[in-house]
Amino acid sequence: MIRRLKSLGSQFGSVLATLFGLSVVTFMIGRVMPVDPVIAAVGDNASQEVVEKARLAMGLDQPLIVQYWHYLTQVLQGDFGQSVLTHNEVASDIAHYFPATMELATYALIIATVIGVPLGIWAAVRQDSLTDQIIRVICLAGHSVPVFVLALLALIIFYAGLGIAPGPGRQGIIYQDMITPVTGFLTIDCLYAGDWDAFRDAVAHLVLPVSILSYFSLAYITRMTRAFMLDALRGEFIVAARAKGLSARKVVLNHAFPTIAVQLLTVLALTYAGLLEGAVVTETVFAWPGLGLYLTKALMNGDMNPVVGCTLLIGLIYVALNLLADILYRVFDPRVS
Amino acid sequence: MISRRNFLAASAAFPALSYLSFTKAFAATPQSVLVVAMQLDNMTSLDPHEGFESVGAEICGNMYHKLVAPNLEDPDKVDPQIAESWTASEDGKTFTFKIRKGLKFSSGAPVTSEDCAFSLQRAVKLNKSPAFIITQFGFNADNAETAITAPDAETVVLKTENPTALGLLLYCLSANVGAIIEKKAALDHAEGDDLGNAWLRQNSAGSGEFMLKIWRASDSVVLLKNPNGDYKGNIERIIMRHIVDPSSQLLMLKQGDVDIARNLLTEQLKGLEGDDSIKLMQKSTASIMLMSLNQSVEQLQNPKVWEAFKWAVGYRSMQKNIVPMTYVVHQAIVPEGLPGAYNENPYEQDLEKAKALLAEAGYPDGFEIEIDHYSAPPYPDIAQAIQSDLGKIGIKVTLLAAENRQVLTKMRARKHQIALSSWGTDYFDPNSNADVFCINQDNSDDATTRPFCWRSHFQDDKIAAMAEEARDEPDPETRIQKYVELQKYYMNNSPFVVMMQSSVVAAMRPNVEGVRLGTLPDSHSYAGTSKA
Repeated sequence: MIRRLKSLGSQFGSVLATLFGLSVVTFMIGRVMPVDPVIAAVGDNASQEVVEKARLAMGLDQPLIVQYWHYLTQVLQGDFGQSVLTHNEVASDIAHYFPATMELATYALIIATVIGVPLGIWAAVRQDSLTDQIIRVICLAGHSVPVFVLALLALIIFYAGLGIAPGPGRQGIIYQDMITPVTGFLTIDCLYAGDWDAFRDAVAHLVLPVSILSYFSLAYITRMTRAFMLDALRGEFIVAARAKGLSARKVVLNHAFPTIAVQLLTVLALTYAGLLEGAVVTETVFAWPGLGLYLTKALMNGDMNPVVGCTLLIGLIYVALNLLADILYRVFDPRVS
Repeated sequence: MISRRNFLAASAAFPALSYLSFTKAFAATPQSVLVVAMQLDNMTSLDPHEGFESVGAEICGNMYHKLVAPNLEDPDKVDPQIAESWTASEDGKTFTFKIRKGLKFSSGAPVTSEDCAFSLQRAVKLNKSPAFIITQFGFNADNAETAITAPDAETVVLKTENPTALGLLLYCLSANVGAIIEKKAALDHAEGDDLGNAWLRQNSAGSGEFMLKIWRASDSVVLLKNPNGDYKGNIERIIMRHIVDPSSQLLMLKQGDVDIARNLLTEQLKGLEGDDSIKLMQKSTASIMLMSLNQSVEQLQNPKVWEAFKWAVGYRSMQKNIVPMTYVVHQAIVPEGLPGAYNENPYEQDLEKAKALLAEAGYPDGFEIEIDHYSAPPYPDIAQAIQSDLGKIGIKVTLLAAENRQVLTKMRARKHQIALSSWGTDYFDPNSNADVFCINQDNSDDATTRPFCWRSHFQDDKIAAMAEEARDEPDPETRIQKYVELQKYYMNNSPFVVMMQSSVVAAMRPNVEGVRLGTLPDSHSYAGTSKA
């Protein structure tokens, strides 16, 4: 019991240390970046008097360490500061943009997993066959074609050409402002409001960006699954299972797959975290009002409060997903106690 | 033979096909809604007395009226807007405006002289980025209430510190910082002494044709028709959607999901020429693209070198090949479309002459130099063309591409050698650019005023005197003439190579009528827009 508490305590400590380190590094990088945040606040044409006033108001005249100390004490009180660009509290901005990204990422991960894992297993079982080659090519394309090319192609074909998909954006304009955000997941909010037309519209707008994102994740997941599976299939227990006369399906699904489940979880967790960072390019092409766009814009303008806020959030996501993977290890792997 | 497993898989996949039936939902936009695809990131506040970026200026321009408005056809004229007439006193220090009757704010309250005086006082007291446009007349927080008054319900009186040219004052009042807001609405929502600033960033209280419904940063802006305003068309709602990618904008326009696309690039616009399903509208705007030669760099100090640069650049081929639809050649500091603009372009590419000038300056073999430039299109292409042109006269250029703000930061710290950047005019008067390009009172690093020419260490007493004289000239025609003379002289005697002036292009569906583009962003107007 005490051991468990101790390990929990040390884990919690390492989480705090990670976040603290992240905040220091991001903050310092932001402040030494060759972009003057005052320009973002007052514009390039403002008079020097206004510029100086804004610099004072933003506390930029103080030494870096003092600025950081102010920031840290604020954050510890749950105040992530204001964004220069939107004039909103960073926390409320993130609460607005993050769900849009999370919705995209979650659906993309689900689809990538549902397709990618079986595909990987299939490729492993039929190693070096034509099937394996085809799957390999599909995955390679997923890794090597730039996202914006694929995203634009998808729009040109399915939206402009065939006219079977809606254009960029999260919602058709008819449904704009009709749904009150509850969870921030538009699909769920539409269901909650009982508005089926809005729901269909939201789903339709998700299809292309989710497909693109899931294709990219799928490529990675499939390759990893295949590698893990090949390894597992070389095990002696597989030979034993086959010798017992089990069907090929049973050997693969009941004997080999459980042994790779744990490794797969790590891959999935990392993929999910990667998706949650915000897929900037996808969000740009599909005009998706998500975290990636928000973060990039803040970064380009030297608007550091949102940048540090988002970085902390992303850091937290990585840490949380790692913790979750750790916990799931314990559940799935009988060797870990 | 279909196995049971395959049959089940196929029937599970079938619902996905019903996705095809979604298509009906994506028809053209409703007739009463105007949907505009544009990059909405260049705005930080919709309070007209605070915001100072182009996109915000355009939106404010459609929500607020000013005392006077620039005439879009004839830049030398000013039109009445909230004021119906005005007079200047003999000494050029007292200006009296009569307010038009019957105008209403979006709340339904009448527009009174008190609202007008309050609005101008507010702009002065808040003292945000655009305030200098009107504080240059001597208004400040202490004298605002005595210098800007409303003696009766129909009159507003402004008393300037020094004798002022009426034209300059009127043009300055036509900028967004002269927007008239409803006093009661601003004060009802005031927090502390902010005069409603925080509230007005995300709300509107004007008498313009439209009012603000919502602004979601990096997402959309929605305007509604002002029920108490002058708007006569059939648009009830304008939705501006933040579509960053120009290719996406084009696709949406072609599909009819948006009515207007605002940020198409030259290649895309070229493809639309001759396409009957899309109308193009083009207007030169008051933004110039130029090279600033920093005078702290030894090689760039000789006026012969300035001249060599000006003769080396291939203005016309650059414009024709790189930016045919989005820029025009322009070489004077006041852009075409503003009063007092000088629209002759005397410089052509003449490499022999440029080489000779360089030799006269003592650099027969040229020198090495760095050019900082924006990384956004079309700047990299323009920079490469310049690099090649200058290479031909022996100047070896290293290009340093960076984010827009990064280039500006470097310029403002006076650390560039040459900067290829842009400059946007602030208000509809030649003084707006003449001031920042000509008058550098203190060339030291810790100067209290830091105009654009200060950034490149340029100070010239003769030019400054000419600019001041033109600014203060009371006779309108002589004043314009003086600005033209100033620009001719400036062109030959300054280290700034003005090359081009940008155009805005709106690509529209054919059923959209009455959109107007202005020389300054605050006069891009939807006031006369309707949809067939």
